[in-house]
Amino acid sequence: MMDAVAPGADARPDLAAIAADASGERAVGRPTVYVYEAPVRICHWVNAFSIIVLMVTGYLIGTPLPTVAGEASDNFVMGYIRFAHFAAGQVLAVFFLTRILWAFVGNHHSRQIFYIPVHRKQFWKEVLHEIRWYAFLEREPKMYVGHNPLAQTAMFTGFTLFVAFMIVTGFALYSEGQGIDSWQHKLFGWVFAIWPNSQDVHTWHHLGMWALVTFVMVHIYAAIREDIMSRQSIISSMVSGERQFRD
Amino acid sequence: MGAATETFYSVIRRQGITRRSFHKFCSLTATSLGLGPLAASRIANALETKPRVPVIWMHGLECTCCSESFIRSAHPLVKDAVLSMISLDYDDTIMAAAGHQAEAILDETRAKHKGQYILAVEGNPPLNEGGMFCIDGGKPFVEKLKMMAEDAMAIIAWGACASWGCVQAAKPNPTQATPIDKVITNKPIIKVPGCPPIAEVMTGVVTFITTFGKLPELDRQGRPKMFYSQRIHDKCYRRPHFDAGQFVEEWDDEAARKGYCLYKMGCKGPTTYNACSTVRWNGGVSFPIQSGHGCIGCSEDGFWDKGSFYDRLTNIKQFGIEKNADQIGMVAAGAVGAAVAAHAAVTAVKRLATKREDIDHNS
Repeated sequence: MMDAVAPGADARPDLAAIAADASGERAVGRPTVYVYEAPVRICHWVNAFSIIVLMVTGYLIGTPLPTVAGEASDNFVMGYIRFAHFAAGQVLAVFFLTRILWAFVGNHHSRQIFYIPVHRKQFWKEVLHEIRWYAFLEREPKMYVGHNPLAQTAMFTGFTLFVAFMIVTGFALYSEGQGIDSWQHKLFGWVFAIWPNSQDVHTWHHLGMWALVTFVMVHIYAAIREDIMSRQSIISSMVSGERQFRD
Repeated sequence: MGAATETFYSVIRRQGITRRSFHKFCSLTATSLGLGPLAASRIANALETKPRVPVIWMHGLECTCCSESFIRSAHPLVKDAVLSMISLDYDDTIMAAAGHQAEAILDETRAKHKGQYILAVEGNPPLNEGGMFCIDGGKPFVEKLKMMAEDAMAIIAWGACASWGCVQAAKPNPTQATPIDKVITNKPIIKVPGCPPIAEVMTGVVTFITTFGKLPELDRQGRPKMFYSQRIHDKCYRRPHFDAGQFVEEWDDEAARKGYCLYKMGCKGPTTYNACSTVRWNGGVSFPIQSGHGCIGCSEDGFWDKGSFYDRLTNIKQFGIEKNADQIGMVAAGAVGAAVAAHAAVTAVKRLATKREDIDHNS
């Protein structure tokens, strides 16, 4: 993991074979590494979509839309919003679980977001380097095939821990409607041993949403910025799976 | 109300019911329960020999609203519960005896019915200053509670006070009022929360224990499942308006007159476990939501400390000033957004500067 790469390590051999285009400009062959396997990418985009749906519908459950006119029997606005929330929540839970399972099967990059190597001094040194890079104190960024150490720390807390918290509290709240004999309540009812009043669980679930909002903002900004500044592909890597180094 | 143990049969006879009617009742009960031919005589035997359950009812730091509710029970009538089903040996608020005579009943019950009586507690003990904030019979209430709990079969914690702490335990809780289950840890405790609990729920719990000779099934929080397994919201008659997205937006608007959902007005029905929306109050006449006011969540833990009864989102006080999750979240997201924008701007400026430097350097 966190393999700082010497640029050009994995360079395609036969650059000369690439033909020049009509204006005589030669295509440049660049070193690429296959990082994100298909299940990782699929999980990423499904989770991203689910989280957006969950945020919008979740906010609307806490702060509902203005009252609709007409008979109650002709409308089901809250019902549909809640359905979308519960459906997206269960999709997220399934793909989050799939992602955890893939960490056991996939390449070593797929395990990165599930732990922080707290015991390794070198890791924290490189975290510090990354912090200095973001604080404009370092001139040159280091290159990594997978997540850089700071990104790994952020992904572990901002995504893995927060989403796990949201899934657990979410299912606990869902179990209230399903009843205390439901499997959801058997599996997640212990949340109410920590917060006996479910009003508190609602509040924490709500705060968790805002924590994820800030994570998403930082995540997207960092991805775009690194794509430009670190001379390596970030955004397209999550589509193709390949990371390209541009130096 | 002596401490002498009466059987159900002797109570029934005392109320003027003939032995013939008594046996008819037993046969009918056995038949309607679908039991075998021997069951009628077994039921008769049980009622003739089983002593009524002795109950000691004590009052700690409380407002007596539980007793007020209890005496208004309609199904069963409280007179049936108190005079026929249980043997209410001690209740300092409504008993005739007083002083030493009254206190002597406690010792007598402990000695005579060791491990067999039910201890019903209304209110809770304050623990601060050695318990001096609630003195009962010259001693701190907490001592009396511990003494009587020692030999009890089980404890009923009446109301939000005994179950959760209620208003006297609200922040900052100067007397350190403490719910029963935090003081007595070695006895089965049935929590019957509510401020007060519904009368029929109270007598229902008592009826269950006397009829079956065991405690009802409890949920994770120690509340009887038969009354506390669903939220007000789950059985609310205004629920269709919630699902439709039809809410009262202001107290005097058209929606309020039409009886739409009170969710936006801070109704705590979605987070409150109680039987109000099914059993209702005053013999099934009404309940808060039916009379146009949201549920305040009085049977929930710490309901005094969750901000206004009229806010949808709970107040969070850890940030000095009271804010709800959305206000905190938006400030956080705004701050992060500003930081991101500033960082992006600095990055762009730096990059331009570096490029110019490189160009200067190269030329």
